[in-house]
Order: sequence, then C-alpha cells, then structure tokens
Amino acid sequence: MSEPIIHMDNIEKHFGNVIALAGVSFDVYPGECHCLLGDNGAGKSTFIKTMSGVHKPSKGFIRMNGKEVNFASPREAMEAGIATVFQDLAMIPLMSVSRNFFMGREPTKGRGLFKRYDHVAANTITMKHMREMGINLRSADQAVGTLSGGERQTVAIARAVYFGAKVLILDEPTSALGVRQTANVLATIDKVRAQGVGVVFISHNVRHALAVGDRFTVLNRGRTLGTAERGKITAEELQDLMAGGQELAELEGSLGGTV
Amino acid sequence: MTGDTALNQDERIKEEPLIARLMKRPELGAIAGVVLVTIFFLFTADSSMFTLSGFMNFMSPAAQLGILAIGAAMLMIGGEFDLSIGSMVAFAGMIFGAFTVNLGLPLIVAIPMTLVAAACMGAVNGQIVIRTGLPSFIVTLAFLFILRGISLVGLKWLTGGATQLRGVRDAVEGDFLAPVFSGEAFSGLFAWFASLGLIETFKNGMPKVAGIPIEILWFVGLALVATYVLLRTPWGNWVFAAGGDANAASNSGVPVRKVKVALFMFTASCAALLAIVQVLDAGSTDARRGFMKEFEGIIAAVIGGCLLTGGYGSAIGAFFGAIIFGMVVIGLTYTNIDQDWFQVFLGAMLLLAVMFNNVVRKRVTGER
Repeated sequence: MSEPIIHMDNIEKHFGNVIALAGVSFDVYPGECHCLLGDNGAGKSTFIKTMSGVHKPSKGFIRMNGKEVNFASPREAMEAGIATVFQDLAMIPLMSVSRNFFMGREPTKGRGLFKRYDHVAANTITMKHMREMGINLRSADQAVGTLSGGERQTVAIARAVYFGAKVLILDEPTSALGVRQTANVLATIDKVRAQGVGVVFISHNVRHALAVGDRFTVLNRGRTLGTAERGKITAEELQDLMAGGQELAELEGSLGGTV
Repeated sequence: MTGDTALNQDERIKEEPLIARLMKRPELGAIAGVVLVTIFFLFTADSSMFTLSGFMNFMSPAAQLGILAIGAAMLMIGGEFDLSIGSMVAFAGMIFGAFTVNLGLPLIVAIPMTLVAAACMGAVNGQIVIRTGLPSFIVTLAFLFILRGISLVGLKWLTGGATQLRGVRDAVEGDFLAPVFSGEAFSGLFAWFASLGLIETFKNGMPKVAGIPIEILWFVGLALVATYVLLRTPWGNWVFAAGGDANAASNSGVPVRKVKVALFMFTASCAALLAIVQVLDAGSTDARRGFMKEFEGIIAAVIGGCLLTGGYGSAIGAFFGAIIFGMVVIGLTYTNIDQDWFQVFLGAMLLLAVMFNNVVRKRVTGER
C-alpha cells in the first residue's frame, strides 16, 4: 500500500442551510475494502454521491492518485474509474445476463452498415467473468429476472470491474439479501479486492462489514467519528459509534443485548 | 458455493427441455396462432383459399397491416405507444397526394419528402412524450384526432371541398420509381411459370397471379430488417433496455431519449410507407384512410408477443400477428360464416394473447 487511489479530504456538502456533510475525510487504497458505516441519515448517501460525481463538494477536495480531480458528472467519474453499484443495480429483468452486462457498451464487430452486436463475444466474456465470481450460469442468455438478488448484485459488480473500475462503491449491497446470498456477495467483494480494486462498502450492518472490511470509518450526523483498522475494534464499539453511543447502550439494555 | 463445486455445473440446474425454451420465445404465440388459424380454415374454408391466388389474397391485407404492426411493435418494445399511426396514414397520404398531384413532383422527391414529413410528426410526438413525461398513450391519442382533422381540412383545402384527392395515378404515370411502390413484382417470372404450367392460369394463358403484390415484399423486408436491428445491433439492445427500464438503461449509458424519439420517427415512417403504397395502388388519397388501423396494428404487435409494459417482444411476432389478421379477414369470405364475426375474433384473440404473454413473461423472469 503506497498511496491511496482516491483521497477525499475534509469534504463538506451543504444543501441550502442544511449541512449534510461537515468535513469528512476518507481514502481507499488499491486492494482494500474500506467500510463506510453509519445509521440512516448519517450522510452516507450524500458522501458516496459526492465521490461518484453526482454532487459537487461545497468545500474540500478529491484527489485521485495524488492529483486533484473535479467531476462534473457521474460519467466523468466513471471514466476516471469510479464505479458505483447502486441499490437498484441498473439491471433489466427481462433481458439476458449478457445483454445486461454490456448494456450501453455493447461489443461490436464489422464496419459501417454491417456493424453488429457481437453475441458470441458478449456471451463468452459474461460467462467467464461470472464464473470467476463463483456463479455458474445455465447460459448467458438467461434472463436476469431468473437470478437471485445476490447473483444480480454479483453481475453488477462483475460488470463494473470488467469495465475498468479502480474504485468500486457498493451501496448497501447486502441490505436486502438472505444469509447465504450475503455470504456470496461478501465472497465476491473479497475476489474483487484480490484483483487490486479498492472497494468502498457502505452498510449499516456491522457484522457484514466486519466480515470483509480492512478498515472501518463511521459517519454520524455528517462527521467522521474516526477510522479503525481490522482487528482493532469490536462489533460493539462500531455499533455504539454508529448510533452515537449513549442511547444505544440504554436501548440495548432493554432489549437484552440483541441489537 | 466454494472452490471446486463452483466451477462444475450446479447440480440444481436441470437441462432445459426444448419445449420450455421455445415457450420463452416472444413470437411463439403468434406462430401457434398461425398454425391454429390455418387448421381452422383447412376444415371450414373453400379449398381455393390455399391456392396461390388465395394466398396472395390474404397476404396482401396482412402485409398492409404488418407494415404498421412492425413499427408499432418496435415502439412497444421501446416502452411507448403510438395511437396516431392510423391517422398518420391519412396525413402522409394527403402530403404525398399534394406533392405528386398539386406540385407535380416526381416520386424520387415526393416519397422521401413524405417520409421526412411523417418522421417529423413522429419526432414531435416523441419529444412531447419525453419532455413532459406524460404517458405516450395520451399524447398520441391527441395526435390521433389532430392528424385526422388536419387530413380532412387539408384535403378540402387542396381539392376545393372534397375529402378525396384523385389523379395520383396520372400524376406518377411512367415514373421509374412507381414499380417499387405499387403493382406486382416478378411478373416476368410468374408469366414464365405460367407458360411452364407450374402455376394456375386463366383460359387465355395469363397467370391467375400476375406477381407478388409489392406490399408483401416491403412487409417481409421490413420484418427482416427490424429483426436484425433488434437482435443483432447495439441499437436493438438499447431499444429493449429503454423499454425494460428507462432509468436503469440511462444509468448504464444508453441514450434513452434519442432511442425513443427515433422509434417514434420510425413508426411514423412505417405509416407513411403504407400510405404511399396504398395511395399509389388506389390512385387517390382519402382522409378516412387508416381509420382504426392504429388499434389493429397494436393488436397484431401484442398477438406477436409484445408486452404492453415494454422491453419484450419481437418483430417476427408482429409479422405473424399481421398474417393471422389477414387470414381471418379474408378467410371468412371463403367460408359460410358471417364475416362480422371478425370483430369478435379480434377481441378474443387480443385477450388470449395478453393472457398468454403474461404467462410467458413470468416464465422468462422466473417469477412465480
């Protein structure tokens, strides 16, 4: 780990008189999974939208590989190698896996009038990358609607990586999944990380974060409450930080320590 | 799923039987429909329906409807409707008549200009739908009336009071492009077949079928091009994507607005093509042309497997949907059955097709 791929320095974001982010610093190194934790309303969404070029920071700056960058649009961020997998996944259930995989960036062969969609290439590449992520498709022509939530998540991740993501932002990828599917997605994150991609894993589930995270940053009310490395913080401590400590301790007492 | 087992076939996935795979093709319903209708008429209709001349008899109206239906199907796959295509036939016919009769333009100028005029109206439809975010159903319903009205008023203005403009045939007499848009193709070939005794002839030795009506060739050509574009080009992928989920498509970099506007323009151009063929064939244009055709076109597309919600369907399906139509409209005249049953058939077929499509969609997406 030499220098971070992306470094967000003291980012502030104001919407009118609402201060959504009040100075958040965050960085991602190649091949690490940096978890961004926070309760609802902590500013996680605003923060990743700033990172992926949807919002412009009101203050602070973003550096990629040491150089300051200014994204005018999500497309620019994407071209710079920042890929975001949002919760809706941008997938169309009625279309085949390979057509979804290449949606908007279809491989072609031939020239001029005979320029056509390269079916064979699309299908082989899709099958290959899905297999690498540990998912065996019956065929690449299978509709995405037939896949489980976890598998769809994996298609979205594989697609982002294939199209050259250096930083992969995953917005609550496990929030709607069952236990087994969550395990699959976490395994996928591990594989992506092994390829040298920096993963930003947004979650409010401490257990999922602890399963794959290398570092953990907690956001609360638009501020960073600090970053901890793996093994130097416990689930309880993270939980407390997320909820703002005190109140949760009381709640936990009344719930018998089940949260 | 870890390590070795992940790389082998998943034991829970059964090899899919052929039937199940066929069930997932959007055009299956329409092909099955053609088979059923054929069997029905084999039993009930006069045997002359299935001779060469009978075939041309029902294929000709099928082709005319099919040209509209293929445009409608492409647009439906792209997630939008166009209820104005029937009126567009009258509107384009009026424009075409004005160009040829009133302005005396040759076909090589009149035809492209008619197509461009129609495409512009299509673009207006599309832009309104996209910019306002209103359902295309409402926007194009408005244009159903607007275009019909303009055709009526415009024709009266052009002719000095009539809603019919005659004299197109005289105006295009001898034009080198006329055979491409009217009459029959391959008449030499058919005459040759007749002389060899391969096809039926009249007593004087002339073939009963002088050639293939030109609209059938346009119909087949259009179906092939539309299918190629849908299944084998990136653009086709964008059409499915735009219809399946416009938001997801546009997040993935598909130019959804452009695709949709282009589809509206294509659909309107299909209507204009039909208008040109019809006007050249009849030698006149009429403000009532294409009346109710928007519904028949959409029904043929739905029978062909297009989902009303977009994102699914095929041009080949619409092709067979239109053939079913032609077979029934003309086929009933070969039977003793009252022809007015046609409308009952139409409604029943639509209902069946929609229910069938619903089942297919659930199979494709694996919903239960």
